[in-house]
Parts: sequence; structure tokens; C-alpha cells
Amino acid sequence: MKSLAQLFSFKGGVKPASHKVESADCPIRPAPMPARLIVPLRQSAGHTAQCLVEVGQKVQKGQMIGAAEGVFSSATHAPTSGTVVAVGPEAVPHPSGLAAPCVVIETDGEDRWGERTPLDWRGGDPEVLRGFIRDAGIVGLGGATFPSHIKLKPGAAGEFGGRIPTLVINGAECEPWITCDDRLMRERAEGILRGAAIMRHLVGAEKIIVGIEDNKPQAVAAMRAAAAALGEAQLDVVAVPTRYPAGGEKQLIRVLTGIEIPYGKLGTQFGVQCFNVGTAYAIHRAVEHGEPLISRLLTLTGNVARPGNYEVLIGTPIETLLPLAEPRADTNGYLMGGPMMGFTLPRLDVPVVKSSNCVIAASPALFPQAPPEMPCIRCGACARACPAELQPFELYWHSRAKNFGKAQEYHIFDCIECGCCSYVCPSRIRLVDYFRFAKSSIRAREREKSAADLARERYEFRLARDEREKQEKAAKLAAKAAETKAKLAAQAAATTAAADDASGEAQKLGAGGTASEPADDPKKALIAAAMARAQAQKAASHPENTEALNPEVQAEIQDIEARRAKLRETAKAAQPQDNN
Amino acid sequence: MLENSPYVLQPASVRSVMFRVLVALLPGIAAYVWFFGAAILVQLALCSIAALAGEWAMLALRRKPAWLFLSDGSALVTAWLIALTFPPIAPWWLGVAATLFAIVVIKHLYGGLGQNPFNPAMAAYCLMIVAYPQIISQWPAVGFTDFAAQWTAIFGGAERHLDAIVMATPLDALRTTLHTADARATVAGILGSHATFGNIGGRGWEWVALGYLFGGIWLIQQRVITWHIPAAFLGTLVVIAGIASSLNPATYAGPVFQAFTGGAMLCAFFIATDPVSGATTPRGKLIFAAGIALLTWIIRTFGAYPDGIAFATLLMNLCVPLIDMKTQPPVFGHKKGSDQ
Repeated sequence: MKSLAQLFSFKGGVKPASHKVESADCPIRPAPMPARLIVPLRQSAGHTAQCLVEVGQKVQKGQMIGAAEGVFSSATHAPTSGTVVAVGPEAVPHPSGLAAPCVVIETDGEDRWGERTPLDWRGGDPEVLRGFIRDAGIVGLGGATFPSHIKLKPGAAGEFGGRIPTLVINGAECEPWITCDDRLMRERAEGILRGAAIMRHLVGAEKIIVGIEDNKPQAVAAMRAAAAALGEAQLDVVAVPTRYPAGGEKQLIRVLTGIEIPYGKLGTQFGVQCFNVGTAYAIHRAVEHGEPLISRLLTLTGNVARPGNYEVLIGTPIETLLPLAEPRADTNGYLMGGPMMGFTLPRLDVPVVKSSNCVIAASPALFPQAPPEMPCIRCGACARACPAELQPFELYWHSRAKNFGKAQEYHIFDCIECGCCSYVCPSRIRLVDYFRFAKSSIRAREREKSAADLARERYEFRLARDEREKQEKAAKLAAKAAETKAKLAAQAAATTAAADDASGEAQKLGAGGTASEPADDPKKALIAAAMARAQAQKAASHPENTEALNPEVQAEIQDIEARRAKLRETAKAAQPQDNN
Repeated sequence: MLENSPYVLQPASVRSVMFRVLVALLPGIAAYVWFFGAAILVQLALCSIAALAGEWAMLALRRKPAWLFLSDGSALVTAWLIALTFPPIAPWWLGVAATLFAIVVIKHLYGGLGQNPFNPAMAAYCLMIVAYPQIISQWPAVGFTDFAAQWTAIFGGAERHLDAIVMATPLDALRTTLHTADARATVAGILGSHATFGNIGGRGWEWVALGYLFGGIWLIQQRVITWHIPAAFLGTLVVIAGIASSLNPATYAGPVFQAFTGGAMLCAFFIATDPVSGATTPRGKLIFAAGIALLTWIIRTFGAYPDGIAFATLLMNLCVPLIDMKTQPPVFGHKKGSDQ
């Protein structure tokens, strides 16, 4: 097993005090079983899993309690046997103390496994294997909890022949204090490499490169020994220089392969994918032993009497773990994750989740209050430290001025929030905070903009619809007018024979309408038509009404009719004079 | 504890940056005292007091935390650079007025620490050389270290008797002689004619310059400054001077003389490297420093002033926003060839 001849390097980076010695030599121990487990349904960067259990239901260890919802999601499982006592929002580890849907399980202490079915991965359909990994709840255990089955899908046949040629296994563990990956590599190297072999098979990778920071020589040795024992071809275990953030996915890929993956692109497009050692081990346990991801390794360290590395069931409340480490009296808070990218736990009843790799007890001596912020003097120390090769002080000016367009021009979204700039800044400016602010503001603005776009679209659609309806109405009106005119003309032709005054009148009126008014004024035509219709109706009604009457009455009516006709004659004679 | 990650910080502060700059000036100052007497120490003290007083007054007016900013060392760096660019036997008020102008107008009226577009020390120097060219041409003769006479020169007012102790600097001598006096004068002739001018940058001055060089290299080693600006400044100056003097050695002074005389070394490591008013990107720094060197050489050779560093620096300060904008380095994953 020889190392790669050539290592690349990434720019920037810092070397904070590593504090690995405190816990690096503590072997992995199982954490005691808590009385209750709080298992969040969303434990991946993807969608929340769909809850499969209800309150009062008995569950067995490894039983799926949340099913992956769609492709970009991952399943969750009961970490031990017990009874579901609650399903609903519970506080989860998040800087804001956010609540999220969880399944609360009262453990029965029997730790009884449900059915475990390993998968024969060598022969089967890769899509089945990916589905198996999704249903085993495997997500990136380095902290991002990106669903692994998505990263294990090679691109189209045109890209690298439908394969991912290089698989990087990330054992760098560059954050200070954390040693759980170190212990995993020392104690379970074979399992990691077996998991890697499954992934290699799945993506058709030619080579596997395991990158480990050179401050972990025992882990490097253990992994090399395991690799030799397994006899995997094209598998390199490489010690990379210790420099934070060497374990950043993009930085490690850069160091081991020379490939730079820009923001917003997946490694697959560049023929490389990177997985944490813990993820590889979890895949091995899931596929070859049928055990879904229900526990993870966690380092308990910091201002404590007994630092250690524990195998902890997902859902274990943090507060039940702390006594194991015996925090000292001056402990003034707890960090989850490392000190460079982790966050302060706002409360301690939150559970361990799949991304929880470390809990650090803080003290004023270990994590002092920052000195006051001074103005930026443009010294450029941040730019020299930035592993994304950004100009943080420029981003700072623009973020501070809320000039977000400029911030985007200077690639603010390429910032990986590693904290190197804040770490080195002599003016003690909390640069990353400004960038988080700018990024969230830009995202909010884009959300608002898309909402506004939607509203405007709707409004414009309504305007267009109103306009269309108006036009349709007008067209209908015109058509009706034309139709009526035609009808009238026909009617007039038919009724000229009948020597009725009223009918003649109607025709005259209709004809007068067409002659004197513009033909294309539908309203007037319609009015004229209506009037004509009324006249015609009136005219037509006379004979009909008199049809079935006796001769006396008929004579009487005729009398009246004659009088009326005379009157009408007189009125008609007067009318033109009035009209003129 | 801090509110957000990162929770650990490297021990670093503006104060430590500024004080390391002051420490790096000490070898040059030591040589200065050795060759030209203790007058420079008086000037350093005067300018320091003026700087702190001006800084304090402005901070009080602007309602800023006084101790935090007074102790950051930035005012002292400005004060020392002003003291080191004026003749040590100049009257006391010259340095004081220059320092107050630098601190009050150039620094605080532009927004204080980190906000000034111009190098405060150089702006003050420009003001004074335009206002009092006569005084700034009065430099002490090398080896004349009589402190009492120097004290009188500084504080004597009308009593100043400078004839005995004043002489032109080598740069000044070159310029005046070449341009005005003798048509047959050559660089070698002028510099050789005077026992005290030495062969490198002027006897005494070359040792002061060496002290600055030594301190400057230490600053690079300390990562307070990067190599870009000193290398580009000295490189450009040496190349231009080399070409010119090889074309006509009688009229143009050689590259080594140019690099070791006047304020060249001070500029290379301490003035052009001011981060606030200078370019920040690696390529930008090279362009910025090369521009200062080019302008310096032009002003030294063809201009009316003995040294061109101050004007050259201010002119290039003006170009910084443009230079920075046009020289942004490529971001990780967005380099040519790696982009898809």
C-alpha cells in the first residue's frame, strides 16, 4: 500500500490548537441506554421522513419509523426496542433551539432487534442497492447529512462512462477536539473499507483514496493494515498535511486529486465523490449486516474530567450523556460540533442526531470572550486564510453595507463558512457572521422576489383575462347585432306582404336604423332591433288574440280597432313633424 | 463565550500588527542616530505626542472609545513615518503640524482607522514640501552629531544657524547640479566629488536604508506584510534605473543608488505597504508598487522635488479601487480550465 506520489494542496487554511490528545486515546464505549429517545424525522439535508408509527405502538430495534419521502430524503429507524409515547414537535439540536417533528420512544431495555436482512450487493441491481441505502437511513456523517444514495448515483453515460472514477474517503477530521473518526479508523478500519468497497461497486470507481490528516498516525497505520488485509486493489491511504479545513469535502478532494469543485456543483460531474469514514462504515453495517443507521460515534470533550468517545443511539438526549464526561464546575455552555463550525446548544434536552459528532463543554478559559471589534484595516489576512480563495474583507464591506448584489459578484455563496477568516482577523471582526447574514438576506430577498413575481404574474394574468373577456363580449355583441340585423331584414321581407301598419312601421324603423346609423354600432342596432321586435310582436298579437272569439265580440273589437287605427293615423301624421 | 462559530481565535490584533511595524523601524532608526545624531529621536517624540493628541481629540469629538483606538498603535506608525521623512533638524512645528494634518484631516475626517484612501504620512509630507520646500531641503551633514546644535536647530526659532550643519542630500545634489549648474556634470562626478556621498546610496543614508531593509524582511517573515509590494517596488525601480543608467550613465543614477537613497527602502517596506490605502490583491499589489516606483523615478529624475515617493504614493493611492477591482483573483473552483 504505497501513498500517492503527488499531493496537491489547497490555498489558505489555519492551524488552530488541535486539542485531540484529550480524547484521542479513549476507546469507543457504548453510551448507556437512556429512558427515552427523541428521534427527529428529518435527519438528512433532504425532506422530512414520513412517519410510520403512532403513539402506543411497540417498535423493535432497527424498525423503520419514518419512510423516505421522495428521492431527496432518507429514512429513520427506531434505535432500540420500546414504545412510541409521542409523535410531534420536539426541540432538536439547532442554533435557534428549533422544534421539529420527532418520534419519542420509551425504551424497554431489551434492545430487541427486528428482522435484519443483509443485501447481496455484488450481483444485484444498483438501483435496488441505492434504495436499500436510502431506506437504511444512510446520510453523510461528516456533518452535512446529505443523503448518501444521491451522491452514489453516477451521472449519465456520457460523463465518465456512467461511473464515478474516484472515491474519496474522508478521515481527515480537521476540526479541533473531535476524535470520533480517529477512533473509528483505529478500531473499525475493516468495516470502513468494506463500506468503501460497496460504494466502489455501486459507482464503478476505479480507485479509492482515503485521506487522513497526518496528526493521526495510528489511524493511518490501522487503515493501511486493514487495506493490506483486505487486498483491495487501487486503494490508497494517504496522510495529508494537518491544516484546517483539510477535511472540508472540496478541500480534501482538491488535496487528493487536484480537482476543484465549484459552488453548486456535485462531485459526480467531475468524476469524484467524497464520503466520511463514518458513512462508509454505516453503509457496511447496513448492507452486510442489515443494520440501519441507528447510532453514531460522538466525542465528549472540552472542559470535562473524563473526555471520551462513545457509540450513542440516535435520539439520546445530550443531557443524559454529559454525566459520563463529568463536566467541570466552571463549564459555561456546550458546543455541538467543533469550535470552528459548530454551534452553541441553546438547551440540553435535545437529542443526538446523525450529524452530531462532538459535544464540547466550554469554559471561559477554553473559549474566551472575543475582544472588541475594530475597523477593518484591509490587511488581507482573511484573504490569505480563505480556503475558498475569496476576498473576505471585500465581502465584509459589501455585506455590512447590505450591498448584496456586489457580495454575490464577489462570490459570497462560495463561502463554506469554515471560520478561517474570523479566526485570523486582527481587527477581531466576526466575518462569518456577516456572511451568514448576507447569505440569508439574499435568500430571503430571492424568496420575496419569486413571491412577488408570482403575484405579478397572477395580476397580469387577471388583466389579460379581463381584457380577453371584454373583447369576447364585444365580439359576441357585434355578432348578435349582425345576426339580428340579418334576421330583421328577412323578417321585414316576409312581413311587407301583410298590410299591417305596425309591421311597416317596424321595417321602416329597422331600415332607418341601418341607413342613418353606422352599421358597426352594435348597441344602436340592437336597440333598434328590440324596438322593431316589440312592434312586430304587438302587430302580430292582434289576429292571434281575436282568432277564437264570437262574431259580436269580433265586431266590437273591429270597431275599436278601426278607432285605434284612425287615432294611430293621426299620431303618425303628427310624428314626423315632431321628429323633424 | 462567543455567540457564533468560530469559537476560537488566533491571537492577533491591530495593536500587535502596528507595534511590529514600529519594532521593524528600529534598526533603521538606530543607524539614523549613529550617523546623524539624536535629533531624529526628538522628532520621533514630537510627532508621537502630536499624533496621540490629535487622535485623542478626534476620538473624543467622534465619541469613539479613546483607549481602544489610542492604543492600537496606528497613530504612532503615522507619526514615526512622518518624523523619518522630514529632516531631523527641521523646526519642531514642522513635524507637529504635519502629524496633526495627517491624523486630523487625512485619517479622521475620512472616517478614522481603516477608512483613509490616502497614506496619511505621505499626504502630510506633500503638504509640507509644497508649503516649506526650503526647510525640507536642509539635511544634516553626515557625522555632524552635535546634539546641542541640533537642539537649537529644532527649537531655536529665529536663532537657527544651520550653515555649519546643513548639506544637501545626495539626491538633491544630483538633481540641482545636473539640472542647473554644470552642463558637463556627470552622476559619477557629482557623487565622487563629495567624500561623504559614498558609493551606494550616500554615506550614512545607505546604512539607514539597510536598517529599513532588515526590518522590512523581518516584517515579511512575521507575515505583517507580503513580499509583493517591496519586491515590485524595488524591482521596478532597479530595472528602470538600470536601463536608464546603462543608456546614459552620465545623466542617470544607477539602480543600486536609486534603491538605497532617499526614501526608497522606507517606501518599499513601510509606506507602500500600508494596507489601508494600498492595493490588496496579490496582482494588485504588484501593479500598485510598480506604479509607485515608476512615478518615483520619473519625479526624481525629471521633477522639481528631490524625492518623488510621497507624490507617487498618493497618485497610486488614487488608483487603488480600480486596481483592486480589476485584479480580483479567481475563486476556488472558478479558475480557467476547471470551470465546466
